[in-house]
Amino acid sequence: MSQLTKIGLAAGLFLSAFAFSQESNTDLGEIHGNFQTDFQFYRPDSLIGAPDVPEQFLLNGFMNLNYTRGNFSAGVRFESYENALLGFDPRYKGTGIPYRYATYSADDWEITAGNFYEQFGSGLIFRAYEERGLGFDNAMDGIRARFRPAPGIKLTGVIGQQRFYFDKGDGIVRGLDADWNLNESVESMKENKTKIILGASFVSKFEADLDPRYNLPENVGSWAGRATISKGKWGLFAEGAYKINDPSTVNNYIFKDGHAMLVNLTYSRKGLGILLAGKRIDNMNYRSDRTATVNDLLINYLPALTKQHTYRLPALYPYATQPNGEMGVQTEITYTIPRGSRFGGKYGTQIAFNWSIAQSLDLQQINDTTDIYESGTDGYTSNFWSWGQERYFQDINLEITKKFNKKFKLIGTYIYEEYNRQVIEGKTGFVYMQAVVLEAQYKLSRTKTLRFEAQGMFTDQDRGSWAMLLVEYSISPKWFFAVQDAWNYSNPDPNRQIHYYILSFGYTKGGTRFLANYGKQQEGIFCVGGVCRNVPASNGLSVTITSTF
Amino acid sequence: MKNLLLTLALIGSSTFLHAQAHLPSVDLQDLEGATINTSEWDNDGSPIVISFWATWCKPCVAELSAIHEEYIDWIDETNVKLIAVSTDDTRNSMRVAPFVNGRGWEYEIYLDPNADFKRAMNVGNIPHTFLLNGKGEVVWQHSGYAPGDEADLYDNIVRLSQGLELEH
Repeated sequence: MSQLTKIGLAAGLFLSAFAFSQESNTDLGEIHGNFQTDFQFYRPDSLIGAPDVPEQFLLNGFMNLNYTRGNFSAGVRFESYENALLGFDPRYKGTGIPYRYATYSADDWEITAGNFYEQFGSGLIFRAYEERGLGFDNAMDGIRARFRPAPGIKLTGVIGQQRFYFDKGDGIVRGLDADWNLNESVESMKENKTKIILGASFVSKFEADLDPRYNLPENVGSWAGRATISKGKWGLFAEGAYKINDPSTVNNYIFKDGHAMLVNLTYSRKGLGILLAGKRIDNMNYRSDRTATVNDLLINYLPALTKQHTYRLPALYPYATQPNGEMGVQTEITYTIPRGSRFGGKYGTQIAFNWSIAQSLDLQQINDTTDIYESGTDGYTSNFWSWGQERYFQDINLEITKKFNKKFKLIGTYIYEEYNRQVIEGKTGFVYMQAVVLEAQYKLSRTKTLRFEAQGMFTDQDRGSWAMLLVEYSISPKWFFAVQDAWNYSNPDPNRQIHYYILSFGYTKGGTRFLANYGKQQEGIFCVGGVCRNVPASNGLSVTITSTF
Repeated sequence: MKNLLLTLALIGSSTFLHAQAHLPSVDLQDLEGATINTSEWDNDGSPIVISFWATWCKPCVAELSAIHEEYIDWIDETNVKLIAVSTDDTRNSMRVAPFVNGRGWEYEIYLDPNADFKRAMNVGNIPHTFLLNGKGEVVWQHSGYAPGDEADLYDNIVRLSQGLELEH
């Protein structure tokens, strides 16, 4: 890695030389980037269950540098984990350059060599992406080509290996995607008010079979087809995917093929939006290493159809799609009570209602002598249309936002959740939870604002109920101070009825931000986008610096 | 380690010398699923605001809601156009159209479901707001949102349209 680091540094200095010279001559291109560093001093705290940190101080950092000149661009990312923060996989260790690429694009084609991120359709069979804050990164290392043979037609081809911490997975991932916008490519459709876009993709992975027990498929192919149809206020998106049998650790080495289906219907006009969505996932764990688990070497992405809560207490019970199989539906209604009406007031009142549910598949034995999920068999059969008995998750929530006058605004939220810990986290138990959040914002002046959050989360299971209060004072556009305390007041263990207080301070200037937190973080699940990770309890001072340049 | 940090700092400081930048050319999707390239964006020589947001990001929604209340006046006074780029991935990108219309927002909305444009603009965390001059060059940016930031942004849009120095 040290060799790689040296090469990277040399490249970085070379690129920055361009930046210096750019002052006098813009033809030399532009260099931009961003960096982020998170470091934390850990204090021992056995009461909250904070793990011991022998280093006392841990740091994660990265810097992207991107150089662009005309049709050419290239870039690198330095990453440093000295050592990785608690909650990140310890295989992120040391410093290196796990990401570098060069791209050349012309009018109707583009080619990228090195690392890249890419998504086919909604990602059901292929998505390479990053969530830096979670330590998730399955970037491809290989080649990507894009080609537009005619207006409205887009072809993408990829080949490469996937990132695995500071290494790469052994499996090879290959894929092709076609996207066809009928309104742009068919003359008679150009003026049509109905917009139709079709897409199809094929992805295959190669992985040698070294298994002594089974004769495993070395090439696992998958197909997906999709359609986006919209007309005026209506929109429909549907995607279906199929994968051949792909025995793996996650599915207990069953030889069943996989299916996925995602359908989404929307109606919206000014002041009203309605969404109906449904999905069915059946044996769709897809990785370039069949023994990989958790977030490692994932080839596809299976979105959870549930609302993502961001208030601190309800965020403790987030849902994640079960790749082995689930059925789910979601509906969401967003409505603005018009300005000037009795309940709308001067500014209009916003109401958002969301309901989602995820349930097991209805599994049947393939025959009387074979158990469901028995290794080396086809595993099970399941009826496409019937729901299984086991509840994985349910969430019913309502959010009302009302601005009373120029200074004062209230947001009230109610959440009811059913959360299957056994399935989602692999721990025992089922949690029934209700949460209420009241958020108030009061503007003291043009730049100074006070914000309050009162949260309550009530449950008889897991760690019991919580209450939380937050006060935040901000001076736009630069300063920010906050104090919050989450109190686990009904923890079944009286010694653990702990106050998790946090003091925060932030400073922003342009694209640069400094944020410091001091206090106790409770153990929980932290999610961004579709990925979640367990954050262990910690006590101490953490500092984050980010900058875009 | 020390050397590396020092080198990073040097590279960093060298690049701070110039804030002005041209928009990278990246494909996004509109709310009907059609592909739009960022190089096609145009506002007839008037300023453009690009706001990176997501449906799950509370400060982002607070910022866009605050601007929504004044947006008509902003257009009247400066001809500015706000382009809101949703970084929601597939989990939430389907919620964007009803989410936006239900709130009555009148921004140009595009989807960046795999964060290609976010990455090309070197955005770490959202919300992140850029201001472009009439030539399409990035002349100002701000990370995060605190109530009142919209007034600061608007001051800078006015300064930009009057040809005055921006406040960073």
